[in-house]
Amino acid sequence: MTQSSLHTTTRKKRLSKTVSNIEPSGIRRFFDLASTMEDCISLGVGEPDFVTPWNVREACMASLEQGYTSYTSNAGMPELRQAITDYMDERFQVSYDPEQEVIVTVGASEAIDLAVRATIDPGDEVLVATPAFVSYEPLVTLSGAVPVPVKTDASTDFKLTKERLEAAITERSRAIVLSFPNNPTGAVMSKRELEAIAEVAEAYDLLIFSDEIYAELSYDIPHTAFSALERMHDRTVLISGFSKAFAMTGWRLGFVCAPADIAQAMLKIHQYALMCAPTQAQHGALEALRNGREAVEKMTNSYRARRNYTVHALNEAGLNCHLPGGSFYAFPSVEATGMDDETFAEQLLIEEKVAVVPGSVFGKGGEGHVRCSYATSLDSLQTAFARMEAFVSRHGK
Amino acid sequence: MTSDKEIELIRILEHNGRVETEVLAKMLDESEEDVKVCMQKLEDEQVILSYTAIVDWSKVTKEETIAAMIDVKVTPQRDVGFDEVAARIQRFPEVSALYLMSGTYDLSVVVEGQTMDGVARFVSNKLSTLDAVLSTTTHFRLKKYKHDGVVFNQDEKDRRMVVSP
Repeated sequence: MTQSSLHTTTRKKRLSKTVSNIEPSGIRRFFDLASTMEDCISLGVGEPDFVTPWNVREACMASLEQGYTSYTSNAGMPELRQAITDYMDERFQVSYDPEQEVIVTVGASEAIDLAVRATIDPGDEVLVATPAFVSYEPLVTLSGAVPVPVKTDASTDFKLTKERLEAAITERSRAIVLSFPNNPTGAVMSKRELEAIAEVAEAYDLLIFSDEIYAELSYDIPHTAFSALERMHDRTVLISGFSKAFAMTGWRLGFVCAPADIAQAMLKIHQYALMCAPTQAQHGALEALRNGREAVEKMTNSYRARRNYTVHALNEAGLNCHLPGGSFYAFPSVEATGMDDETFAEQLLIEEKVAVVPGSVFGKGGEGHVRCSYATSLDSLQTAFARMEAFVSRHGK
Repeated sequence: MTSDKEIELIRILEHNGRVETEVLAKMLDESEEDVKVCMQKLEDEQVILSYTAIVDWSKVTKEETIAAMIDVKVTPQRDVGFDEVAARIQRFPEVSALYLMSGTYDLSVVVEGQTMDGVARFVSNKLSTLDAVLSTTTHFRLKKYKHDGVVFNQDEKDRRMVVSP
């Protein structure tokens, strides 16, 4: 081929096929619609309604004043990694080596991305328990692998069962993404229920990517870390962070605990792509772990009371709702109105100015449900549920 | 109702005394009747003493009030210590709060009145003349920033995006 034959007058494609084929998040459309509404009460927010505790903000400012503005080590400040392992051991009885098995990441989202990229090859299949956080499936697709949704539903209170999981396994299956307490369903899985999943993981030699970002927000039973289960330490990538429990969403700070070989492979990607998580945020996080217990308990108590209120109010409004054991979402069925979840959410927003998120944006199993975040003031919740009750009685079948 | 739920109820009410029983019952996952019984019990046992509003009087111009914190040194009395003199001081309607303190003085008296003169008269005519009172130091309050955990002129709005994943 001569040099000149490479010249072209038509434009080459600019975007990769992989990215072009990914659908934009369904939440985006709702955000655009809701943002145009004045006086809208939003139950659509996926983050705490608390501002980060003052001692954490203050520690971050102090670190700036003292001039801590350079990079930290790739995996994160050694004292923060130590504090993370101490915290995980004390709260969830899992022990990790802060030198080899912990990475401080830019949000839990980065940790999920790293976990997939470090362990999965193109063509492999990753099972994702759905409905779930919107990132899992696209992140698997971006790495060239194939996400395989495993649907949970109201019949099992949105918990993953062994049978459903086994039915989705093929010889290309490599890993399972679990996220309990769950966004959007609020489902929590007990130690025993998780053990059934662990058996499957062992029988089919699968890795577990366990996103435990809502671990502190389990209201009725203590949270079980997946790696705390017998023989699961070696096949679990435990993902967590500071966003939900410590009300630090905007800080973008997460962490991952994994067996050394996997953690070190993840670190390779992290060091080239990110170098290290922001230094100021790491200083804040260190303070959160050292002196944040009381604030976490206070916030958790507040969510629990609002959770109870929300479930009663939704059921009274005619929207059948299971008791969500954790996170800060209720996931009622909209069946009583005869509408699908998208129509319900859209009409509710237009007619009553209440924003909820249609369940189907969170993947299979979410259809017919809407996500209501109760991380908002009691006053707003009361008004929102009164409006929803009026809406349901107007449209009820 | 379990003692955990009782404490939760107290916490909710301490933060907001106006939450209706119906809402409280849902928050605690108890019946309305049980909540009412529990609240009555807490009131009878004087665990809950009063349901009040926190008012920013500076916004009610006609009713501006003046407050002073007065450090009082007193002679404790045999057998009753500080309690007797405290009992005498707390009966004055001008006294809105009274605490026994450690440190360089004994009682901290918070006095509220309409005018600075009124507060001064209270100190010189009523407080200082009590037999047990040795000395007083009066500090006038200039501005209220935070009271009982409530920030005045709160400007921390909800800055979250309307819908997020």
